[in-house]
Amino acid sequence: MDFLYSVTADPVLQIVEDPVFFLQIILEGLMAGVMYSLVALGFCLIYKASGVFNFAQGVMMVLAVMCMVTVYDAGFGILLALLVAMVFMVGLSFAIERVVLRPMVNQPQIILFMATIGLAFFLEGFGEFIFGGSSQKIVPTEALHIGRDALLIPMFGSEIRLQQLDLTAGVCAALLVATLALFFQKTTVGRALRAVADDHQAALSVGIPLRSMWVIVWSVAGLVALVTGIMWGASSSVDFSLVLIAMKAFPVLILGGFTSVPGVIVGGLIIGVGEKVAELYWGDALGGSIEEWFAYVLALVFLMFRPQGLFGEKIIERV
Amino acid sequence: MIYRETGQYKATYGADQQLFPIVQDRYFFFAFMAFLVIYPVFFGSDYLFQVVLYPVLGLGLCALGLNILTGYCGQISLGTGGFMAIGAYSFFKITTIFPDLNILIIFIFAGLISALFGILIGLPSLRIKGFYLAVTTLAAQFFVEWCINRSDWLSNYSPSHTIGAPPRELFGFLVMGPEAPGSAKYLVMLFIVAVMTLFARNLVRGRIGRSWMAIRDMDIAAELIGIRPLFTKLSAFAIGSFYIGVGGAMHVMFNLENVDPEAFEIFSTSFPILFMIMIGGLGSILGAYMGAAFIVLLPVLLRNAFPFLGIDIASHVIQHIEFMLFGGLIVFFLIVEPAGLARLWQILKEKLRQWPFPY
Amino acid sequence: MKFGKYLISLLAAVAVICPLSTTAVAEDGLYIPMFTYRTGPFAPGGSKIANGLTAYFEMISKRDGGIEGQKIIWEECEFGYKTDRGVECYERLKGKGSLISNPFSTGLTYKLIPKAPVDKIPILSMGYGMSGAADGRWFPWVFNFPTSYWSQASAFIRYVGTEMGGMDNLKGKKIGLIFLESGYGREPIKLFETLGERFGYEFKHWAIPAKQMADQRSQWRKIVRWNPDYMFMWGWGVMNPTAVSRAGEFGYPMDRFIGVWWSGDELDTKPAGIKAKGYRAGTFHAPGAFAEVHKDILKFTYDNDMALAKEHNYGDVLWSRGVFNAMLIAEGLRNAILEFGSNITGEEMRWGLEHIDMTDERLEELGATGFGRPFKVTCSDHEGNGPVLFQEWDGEKWVIVSDWVEPMREIVRPMLEEAAATEAAKWNYTMRDDCT
Repeated sequence: MDFLYSVTADPVLQIVEDPVFFLQIILEGLMAGVMYSLVALGFCLIYKASGVFNFAQGVMMVLAVMCMVTVYDAGFGILLALLVAMVFMVGLSFAIERVVLRPMVNQPQIILFMATIGLAFFLEGFGEFIFGGSSQKIVPTEALHIGRDALLIPMFGSEIRLQQLDLTAGVCAALLVATLALFFQKTTVGRALRAVADDHQAALSVGIPLRSMWVIVWSVAGLVALVTGIMWGASSSVDFSLVLIAMKAFPVLILGGFTSVPGVIVGGLIIGVGEKVAELYWGDALGGSIEEWFAYVLALVFLMFRPQGLFGEKIIERV
Repeated sequence: MIYRETGQYKATYGADQQLFPIVQDRYFFFAFMAFLVIYPVFFGSDYLFQVVLYPVLGLGLCALGLNILTGYCGQISLGTGGFMAIGAYSFFKITTIFPDLNILIIFIFAGLISALFGILIGLPSLRIKGFYLAVTTLAAQFFVEWCINRSDWLSNYSPSHTIGAPPRELFGFLVMGPEAPGSAKYLVMLFIVAVMTLFARNLVRGRIGRSWMAIRDMDIAAELIGIRPLFTKLSAFAIGSFYIGVGGAMHVMFNLENVDPEAFEIFSTSFPILFMIMIGGLGSILGAYMGAAFIVLLPVLLRNAFPFLGIDIASHVIQHIEFMLFGGLIVFFLIVEPAGLARLWQILKEKLRQWPFPY
Repeated sequence: MKFGKYLISLLAAVAVICPLSTTAVAEDGLYIPMFTYRTGPFAPGGSKIANGLTAYFEMISKRDGGIEGQKIIWEECEFGYKTDRGVECYERLKGKGSLISNPFSTGLTYKLIPKAPVDKIPILSMGYGMSGAADGRWFPWVFNFPTSYWSQASAFIRYVGTEMGGMDNLKGKKIGLIFLESGYGREPIKLFETLGERFGYEFKHWAIPAKQMADQRSQWRKIVRWNPDYMFMWGWGVMNPTAVSRAGEFGYPMDRFIGVWWSGDELDTKPAGIKAKGYRAGTFHAPGAFAEVHKDILKFTYDNDMALAKEHNYGDVLWSRGVFNAMLIAEGLRNAILEFGSNITGEEMRWGLEHIDMTDERLEELGATGFGRPFKVTCSDHEGNGPVLFQEWDGEKWVIVSDWVEPMREIVRPMLEEAAATEAAKWNYTMRDDCT
């Protein structure tokens, strides 16, 4: 009975008793959701344009930030550091296209997925080799003008606490998505990219250069990785354990659909809010830290009703 | 020339359908098995057992289980670590409650518990497919991790939730626990692996295996010709999980011997085993073991290669180079032969048939 | 068929190399394998420890020519905090005559515990690993001196109790623990719960799974909501700096947040910088480089080159830990050599470790006055029951803020004995009866 009470009535009572706290949780969930969306965005872009589920995305994220921090620590300005990191990611995209993707045109998706696994191993070794995995890398938040303080908003006698860092991440994500949307909708390259995403062969036949499209998409994903890495690394330090963050992207992708940028954002927000609310109100009754699997169960329940995800393309099967 | 089947006539269906229809294959197989039994028993060192043989056998069996599920039935699973944990913890619980029970029977029970759980996890597969199905299995993985981290009972109230391999005997010989001789553990592992592999080999070429492959290749078409998707998919989940459960129990009880829940974490179990079947070849029994050998041996080889060649560099730099080479080799193999090592082996055999003639 | 040939040559290479690597000839000297991790997720901490270990061995090799005239041979083996790689290192190096295992990873320690009595190589898990190993009667081959997690946890309670003005004031107070979801992180829970029943404080704990090491938002939200009087942390790797940052962001007072000795390095507080001011951590040796032994290391290992020394983490907390660990190993080796003469074996090394008696005089001889505290290992007591020191981050460096705090031996020891018996039952161990 106690258990039943604590999973049914108690959470509702808590919400009614302290609505400001509930609002706080919702806002925190949204912030967390934005962070998850950022990670998932990189996966989504690459999957959209080249049909590759890029296992190496997490490593690319760490690599981008490591590059930036190393350049900055060497005494160069922050702008130069950002620029070098971007150039590095573009260079990396060229190399990946040349060495990994080009020889594997027309292979099934699963093979390309495997290739990115190899890529992840390679990049981790490569990153530690050139940037040195053993010294601590700290994101220069001051130079980047990322605030680390909390904002207190008074409300109905209590207050709501927001982190500047999270807000910055939210703004960055919004800017990124807006830019990407403009890029995809309005530019020639963007339109070509959408064509590639729809059908490789058809795109090729109307004269769209597949290879340079891939380089562009991987570069854009690399830049997204840089932003994501800065945001995730800012509150701790940058090392290869951040790769684990990539695990947060899976339920988001599945919920939002692998190919949809808005889907990723909405999926991230749903997962973020759902996770936080579940953890805060139901977590203790069920044993604590349920967010570890809750996002997956949420995605699973969702999939039962919509097997292609929120914004995914409808799966049409022909025999 | 050497590998020639001319003159080998089959007079019965039985002879035609046997596991190794070609005599050379049969001889090679028996010679290889004899080698596997004799060499380690007489010349095996702890290094050979601990670093090479135990992991290849234990993880190889898990890879076989995953290959049944993913390679034969086409259901992608990232929950291997969870099933391994279920197998290992069930084994530990049963053997500490009934210390005198024969360990072979406990292995079967551990596998059955894992299989039950597999059926449960498999239920959504009727509606969800492909990468989306991976989420179900991931949920399973994280849920199991979460459970073993939270239950004191499962680890017999150890403060750090570790489980260990207790000393156990089989037919009067000490085969489990730290004091047991390496070759005894090895032989038990080899025996279990051989029996289960033989079983799997017959399973996949029988009716049930063919229905798995039909579901894998196109599930709607398979349904139209009268294959029941519910039974077929769930049987693949059950049998695959059974193998993974037994493999996980063996891996922990014979190889790791004392583990905390962290050992079943996704990056040290599920992913490497998935890599094994991908490298070895999806939908191939030999491939599972070849993949396991590749993933286990390549790093060992690379780290030993540098001192062997007389190159003296810091050990962490070796690790970096090892990562790069390992990743590079995976990509290289994929470009050369995407269907995996098992396919390479097959090509090699075909070439050997004609050798030394070009055609 | 080119690749078939590659495959064959690969297999041939396996056949050639595998036996070779195991038949390495033991060199003449005291062989110390070092399992280090300068790569992988915990590389920043791991390389500091490794640098500290090598610095000390290099120093005594150059200054004294080894231990009691015997050469020390140490070899690093990189395992990236992965247990299977660690096993590979252990098996490869044990053929060269390993005298001790020094894993610096909980997973590898667990793996090696059952192997130690079989291979006759003692394990020194200095302040980590399995608390129950403190009972040398059940686990003769495993050492965790100068003190175990449980002793430390009891010292934490004593420390905060004293800070509140007496142990009686703990009644009705709230104490929380945030820990890395693993065997290591779970270890102290039982002790905090037991002490909670005894002193009447309320205890809650929050697990941080590895995937959430860099997140921790909901845990801190819950912590701040419950608002405990003190928060303890059992963390490692990127979890530490994140937790310190989050505590600041969520407005938990830093001066009531205390970390385990693996959460008290410069790595953990530098990202938060001045915001981490007031954060404290336990330790069993003094932070910083001030003692004679440190000066000797600067002189002999780094040729008085301060820039080089700094590059090798000279003076950092985890570096000091490496030095301290090497010093204790050297002490064990010396005991064994003095008792058994040259060419000691693992069994004799175990005897040496079991007879470590760090008195004030001995610490002074080692040039470590103020670096560590006297403790004594015996046959039945493998943790030495060392006291714990507390250090505080002042925004730029760690400073000592407490006296040595004694653990609550009378409570902890029976619990350790019980835990040791439970663990030992797993392998049907029998209790040693030659301990007095």
